[in-house]
Amino acid sequence: MDWIQNLGKNTIERFSAIGRASFMLFGAIVAKPNLAKGFPLFVKQVYVIGVLSLVIILVSGLFIGMVLALQGYTVLVDYGAEDSLGQMVSLSLLRELGPVVTALLFAGRAGSALTAEIGLMKATEQLTSLEMMAVDPLRRVIAPRFWAGVFSMPILAMLFSSVGIIGGHLVGVEWLGVDQGSFWSIMQASVQFEGDILNGIIKSIVFAIVVTWIAIFRGYDAIPTSEGISRATTQTVVQSSLAVLGLDFVLTALMFGS
Amino acid sequence: MNINKTDFESPHVELKNVTFSRGERVIYDDISMVFPKGKITAIMGPSGIGKTTLLRLIGGQLYPDSGDIIVSGQNIPKLSRKELYAVREKMSMLFQSGALFTEMNVFDNVAFPIREHTKLPEDIIRTMVLMKLEAVGLRGAYELMPNELSGGMARRAALARSIALDPELIMYDEPFVGQDPISMGVLVRLIRNLNTSLNLTSIVVSHDVKEVMGIADYIYIMADKRVIGYGTKEQLLESDSPLVQQFLKGLADGPVPFHYPAPSISQDLMQG
Repeated sequence: MDWIQNLGKNTIERFSAIGRASFMLFGAIVAKPNLAKGFPLFVKQVYVIGVLSLVIILVSGLFIGMVLALQGYTVLVDYGAEDSLGQMVSLSLLRELGPVVTALLFAGRAGSALTAEIGLMKATEQLTSLEMMAVDPLRRVIAPRFWAGVFSMPILAMLFSSVGIIGGHLVGVEWLGVDQGSFWSIMQASVQFEGDILNGIIKSIVFAIVVTWIAIFRGYDAIPTSEGISRATTQTVVQSSLAVLGLDFVLTALMFGS
Repeated sequence: MNINKTDFESPHVELKNVTFSRGERVIYDDISMVFPKGKITAIMGPSGIGKTTLLRLIGGQLYPDSGDIIVSGQNIPKLSRKELYAVREKMSMLFQSGALFTEMNVFDNVAFPIREHTKLPEDIIRTMVLMKLEAVGLRGAYELMPNELSGGMARRAALARSIALDPELIMYDEPFVGQDPISMGVLVRLIRNLNTSLNLTSIVVSHDVKEVMGIADYIYIMADKRVIGYGTKEQLLESDSPLVQQFLKGLADGPVPFHYPAPSISQDLMQG
């Protein structure tokens, strides 16, 4: 009978965590924003979360584009369809790999850092001391980080896809000798702005909200001990990765299913 | 020195029949306390009885199960968030760890509450911050980051931050823990001087009997979910309560047992 009890306990714990997370997000983003004070904090976080993630995003994008072109070429060349390499690389990146891989990398690079930072602020009583100074930590600490994450990730995803296409071009055109004209023109003809680019951006906005939300909530809700923070950081990466992959399936089914 | 009746006519902070529990565990069972204006009142007691919790109740970070917590005439648990924040601007708390913001230097840490709550120009803020740092002897350290400070310095910097907006009430959470004798002496004098020069109401939570006896006007001793003794230093030393005597003299045996409740040792050892 124990497992039934545990199942119930875990389910209740899951739901109450969702409840606490919603309260936190509500408190952070619904409150009237103070632009004069909030904007510099937001800019700083965009730098920490977004700009500092650029290297890993750009390098990964380049390599993924290169691998895609290499793998695609070996299949397409059998059918004499290597001219469509540009189409294959760009659609894979824009629709799927750009948003998804960016979100996974973002969870590992920025999400875990957010969780650890907020968890440590909690453990060292910085959040409590903000409250005692009559400064709302949700507005001062949580809100700028949330908005910075939501703002940065779609841009990172676009950069990822762009660099990936350049990587595909490097391998496909420069190395394997696909015709440059067909590479670009078939890509241009087959990629649609609304159907492919916009849907990719929508995906990455959804992932951005989910990953940033999980990361800041896990930090805010962490047990303020070294073990608690390490567990919270792990949870951030695991839960946001799973959430991204699950949501990707749902979004893909909705966007490209019919 | 005996209790001065006028001190208790208009207390700054008052707890009336407060009960507080965490889950199943009762922390306070119907306690009432009074903290007179402009005096240093100490709360002493063994570790783990929730002395810090008491400060959080006064600061409105936790809510009691029942009872009233009156600060400057306002009942903290009944206040809206906005009113609570307004009351908090007049109170301040020195945390055990100091809780300095690690990404800012000492100057910005002390300037933080001023920048948050006033619209003063930067040159006035600079003067204010340097004066507060001068008061705690850290004017020369204003450019240092918190990780470059020793434990004692960090606590003094945090003290400067907590008096930055000239609060009316300041709560010290274990200010003497982990301090060497010199910085301990410095802190004791600082707390005393701040209290007289700014006419602050101070609440000091501590279990360092000697230091507390040196500065407190009134002392509460807590154990076992309630207040077991209170009065001035002299009154407590003369108290005939065995609990109070055990605590003040630091005796291992007495009403508070040294051993955590356990079966008898012979029974425990034989089982293995």
